[in-house]
This record gives sequence, C-alpha cells and structure tokens, in this order.
Amino acid sequence: MLEVKNLSMRFGGLLAVDQVSVDVQEHEIVSIIGPNGAGKTTVFNCISGFYKPTGGQILFEGKEIQGKPDYRISRMGMVRTFQHVRLFGNMTVVENLLVAQHRHVNTNLLAGLLKTPDYRAREKRSLDRARYWLNRVGLLDMANREAGNLAYGQQRRLEIARCMVTEPKLLMLDEPAAGLNPAETRELDQLIVSLKEDYHVSVLLIEHDMSLVMGISDRINVISQGRPLASGKPEEIRQNDDVIKAYLGEA
Amino acid sequence: MAAENIKHAFFCAVITLIIAYPILGLNLIPSGAVVSLEGADGSTIAAIIAAAVVVFLFQLFRDSIMARLGFLSRVNPLSGREPMPQHKRARLESWLLTGIIVLALFWPFFVSRGSVDLATLVLIYIMLALGLNVVVGLAGLLDLGYVAFYAVGAYTFALLSQYTGISFWMSLPIGACLAALFGLVLGFPVLRLRGDYLAIVTLGFGEIIRILLNNWTHLTGGPNGIGGIPEPTLFGMEFGRRIKEEGNTSFHETFGIAYASEHKVIFLYLIALVLAVITALVIRRFMRMPVGRAWEALREDEIAARSLGLSRTAVKLSAFTIGAFFAGFAGTVFASKQGFISPESFVFLESAIILAIVVLGGMGSQIGVILAAIAVTILPELAREFSDYRMLVFGAAMVLMMVWRPQGLLPMRRIHIELKDQG
Repeated sequence: MLEVKNLSMRFGGLLAVDQVSVDVQEHEIVSIIGPNGAGKTTVFNCISGFYKPTGGQILFEGKEIQGKPDYRISRMGMVRTFQHVRLFGNMTVVENLLVAQHRHVNTNLLAGLLKTPDYRAREKRSLDRARYWLNRVGLLDMANREAGNLAYGQQRRLEIARCMVTEPKLLMLDEPAAGLNPAETRELDQLIVSLKEDYHVSVLLIEHDMSLVMGISDRINVISQGRPLASGKPEEIRQNDDVIKAYLGEA
Repeated sequence: MAAENIKHAFFCAVITLIIAYPILGLNLIPSGAVVSLEGADGSTIAAIIAAAVVVFLFQLFRDSIMARLGFLSRVNPLSGREPMPQHKRARLESWLLTGIIVLALFWPFFVSRGSVDLATLVLIYIMLALGLNVVVGLAGLLDLGYVAFYAVGAYTFALLSQYTGISFWMSLPIGACLAALFGLVLGFPVLRLRGDYLAIVTLGFGEIIRILLNNWTHLTGGPNGIGGIPEPTLFGMEFGRRIKEEGNTSFHETFGIAYASEHKVIFLYLIALVLAVITALVIRRFMRMPVGRAWEALREDEIAARSLGLSRTAVKLSAFTIGAFFAGFAGTVFASKQGFISPESFVFLESAIILAIVVLGGMGSQIGVILAAIAVTILPELAREFSDYRMLVFGAAMVLMMVWRPQGLLPMRRIHIELKDQG
C-alpha cells in the first residue's frame, strides 16, 4: 500500500535521512522507532508532503507521490497527526471535525448560499460522521467546547478523530502517546488496534513508548542517525543486538 | 516598591513635559515672509505643568487607584450573570436586527439631509469593514491595501459611465467583479507570504493603484479626478430636477409630487442600506459554510489545515477575492454618492481606518464590526468642535481598547452546533 524506497533527505550539509525504506501493507500496523533525533519525524514529513525528499521514491497504492503538495497527498487518503497536537484551538470540537471533511462537503459557494438539497444532505452527513467519531473517542459531551480548552489527552483523541472523519486508508501517527499517562496510553492502544480491526485502516506509527510499540505493531522499523538499523517483527527487534546498542549505548 | 513608584512616576511626568511643551507651549507665528517662534501664554504653561502633576500623582498611586477600579465590576448588577442559552439569544438577536433594519428603512424620512448623507457614508464603511473582516478577521491575512479594491470599484463605475454611459445598476456587478478579479490576480503571487510580509506587499499594492490613478492622466484624469458620475435610477426614473439622459423619466413627475432634493439622498441611502444588509447576510452564510470554516482553520493552524487536505492557495484566494468583491460594491456606491472621485479618496489612511474598524469591533465578529463602523464614522462628525484633538482622541481610544479590551468591542462568539441524538 505504502512503499518508501531508499528515502534520503538532506538539509544543507546535514543528511537527516539516509536510504530509509519502509513499507506498509493493507491492514497492518507498522512502527518506526529510534532514538531522539534519528530522523523519524523527517521521514513522516517527507511521506506526508511537507518536505520534498532529496532522494528516493515514495509509492502510495502504486503511484509516485514524492514531491506532491501536502494537501494532494492527504486527499489521496493518507492523513497524519503531529508530535505536538495541532488543533484549531479557537474553533469548537465539532468544527474541527467539520473542517476535516472539507473533501466530502459541497464547497460550491452558490450551493451553500442557496442551501440546495445536495448541500444540506452533505452537511448533515458530515455532522453525523462527526457525531459518530466524537462518540467513538468519548468526546461527545465536549462537542461545543473550544478545542484549545480540552485536556491534553482529549486533544490527542480529538486529533485522531479529526483524521478518521476524512476516511483515510492510511493513518500516520507521530508519537500519539507522548504526554499521556499509563491509563490513557492503554486506551490509545485499544483505539489504534480498533481502527485497524474495525475500520480497516493501516497505521504507520512513530513512538517512543516501547510497551505500546511492541504490543500492537505487526512490524517495526528501527532507524538511528538517519540510517535504517533493523526491521522485522517485534520479537526479532527486541532481541536485535544493534537495536539494544542504539538504545542503551554500547557497554 | 515605593521608591520605584516615585522614580517611575517622576519619569512619566518628565516625559509628559517633554512631549506636551513643544506641542502646546510653542507657537509658530507667521509675520510676513518669516515665521517666528513664540512661547505660549501663562495659562497654557500652567495647564501643561498641571497635566504633568496629574500624571505624576496617578503613576505614584496607580496601584491603589487600579485596585479601587476593581470594585466597579461588583457595582455593576449585570456582571457575572449567566449567559443566555444559545437558541434564546439567537432569536432575540434576529428580532433585534430585524427591528433595527426596519427602523433604518423609515428613519431617513424624518431627519435632516445631512444626517442621511452621513448615514450613507456609515453604510459604505460597514460594507468595507465587513469585507475586510473576511480577510483579516476570519482568514487572518493582514491586508493593508484594502482601499485599492475600493478604488477599483469606484473607478470602474466612474470610467464606465464616462466612456460608455453605463448605468449604476449595470456597473454595480461589473465593479464588484472587477475588484474581485484584482483581488484574485494580486492574491495569486502574494498569498504564499505570511504575516508582516503580506502586510507590506498589500500596502505596496494599495499605493501602486493610487499612484497609477494619479498618473494615468489621459484615462483617469489624474489628480483632477472624474466628475459627473450619474446617480442611480429607479427603473429608469431619475432623481434630478431635469432629466439628463434620453428615455428616462423623472421621479417627481412620475409620481406627481413636488421635486425635492432629499429624494435623491434618501434613495442613495436606501440602496446603500440594502447592499449593506445583503453584504452582511451573504458573509454571515459564508462564515457557516465549509469555506468559512476553512478560512478559520487556516488562520488557526496552517500546517494542520494542509495536512487535512485544504489547499492553502485556494482557501486564502477565496477569502481575498470575496473581500475584494465587497470592497468593489462599496466603491461603486461611493462613486455614485459623491458624483466625483479622485485618488485623494483612496489614500492609505482609508485602509488604516477600515482596519481600525475591524480591530476595534472584534476580529471576525459581524455585529462588533458594524458597531465600530458606526462609531468610527459618526464620532468625528459629532465632535466637530474638538476637531483639533480628533486624532488625539482616536489614538487614545485605540490605546485604551488595547489595554482593556484587546479582543474588540464585541468579540466573535462561536456558534454551537447541535448534534442530534439518534440513539
């Protein structure tokens, strides 16, 4: 489904990402882990179109997408969250979800001004979808609060809901558990698995929290200092000497 | 603490003296070809010193004075009340607004000609401010050259009527669309810029349009402007004493009433009113449509908006174009009202005033912006006797607003969307 081949990203003299390859099959949770500054988020930014990679190839459902504008890539069905939550803080929770469904609503100005039946129907459908996902992530009571006033854990969940209302094929989560307490992390864990099982979304995950990664990932890619270090199933990674060295330092 | 207060208060008093003495205490007296500098009389000097003492005392006891002021909100019985539930408030608001509009429809028949003229100007500013509110308040794009689109609208009508004899009603959509086209063309290259950079480019664009109008003498008449712009007609009926154009009839003859110059003024006022109401309603709908939400989303967090599939260029351009469209609207009405336009009417100060209205009213809030437009246009007229201090008062009002109400007179309130329960 997503295939990243030999991706490189150079910022001036710094080679932030060097020949990294990742692939995500349908119905799969794949993780990218690595020490701080390893270039995980840079890989994400390249895939989602925020950076133009300086080398390599990114294929999504067989089509080359490297260098395409970010909004195009997102419309193809690949949406992401951010390491630091990025909500529309002054807008209400529902509005956040409605904005995300821009693609599904009737954006014709005249249709909206005249409230044509098609416009109303689409508007209603997007409200229903928003309601469904708010209920799913347990934020229905907060629907009309300003998103910026939510607790941190709720903001995290809202960000995921905001991605899900766009009906993506691939969800990319950048450290979704950062700043969450253990109970919240467990909930998130269940949510991610349910996204895969119940909504048939593939997930590409960057994470620091090892227990989360090991528990839910189908495959794991490890990168260190911009270079691929290892990849494989969670058990293999756990026993990989290089990975242990990279994480714990050499003895 | 006290020593610091005294130092600070002394400093403020000295600053007051330094600023006030040259401005008020020195007079330039022209005598023949030479200008001589003279000190002001004793009472002015005394007043300056008194002002400095007041500043000193206020700064010295500022903490306790401000603490006293804190009690004021307890005196106010309305403070700390629960806000009305949304549906009730919405109903009250719509009744109130309908009432105001109906009042505004009949009001001009009972007041002086001068007031109606002023009210027309207020309505033009309301249209401009509502349009700029889309660009600055909703989309968050700081546009310092908004007056350029106003000029495009006005000059489109003036030139079309001069060269092709087209009427007001034909020109209204043409002027607005041309202004929108200018917005689109300008917006395309500059909207990748952000914040300050965008402000500078739009400022430059506003000046370019004005200078172009000033120097393209054989088309626009340059600084002499264009005169003889026709007034709008009502189904081919003119409001002048004599008919200017073949085939038209005159209003007072058709209805068999005596000619009165007020008719024209009132008619223009009513046109402006209808257009302002249309502007407000259309923009109000836009705000609740996907495009309005997209504007705000892009203002809130551009990166998140892009990651959700919003095209930055398309969304910003739409805001810019729609804002320009309504400026063109206002420009056409302005040209028709004045009968004469020149580049003088479209200087940077106009942009600044419209922007001040939007900021004063509360970014994104329609009612706030309308109130601010009324205040900013009418207050200087009411305070004509103090015209020397007009800008001073204006500036002071702006500073006080920034201190006490940085969010504007009536900040934008979010509409709550009811999610129906379906079990």
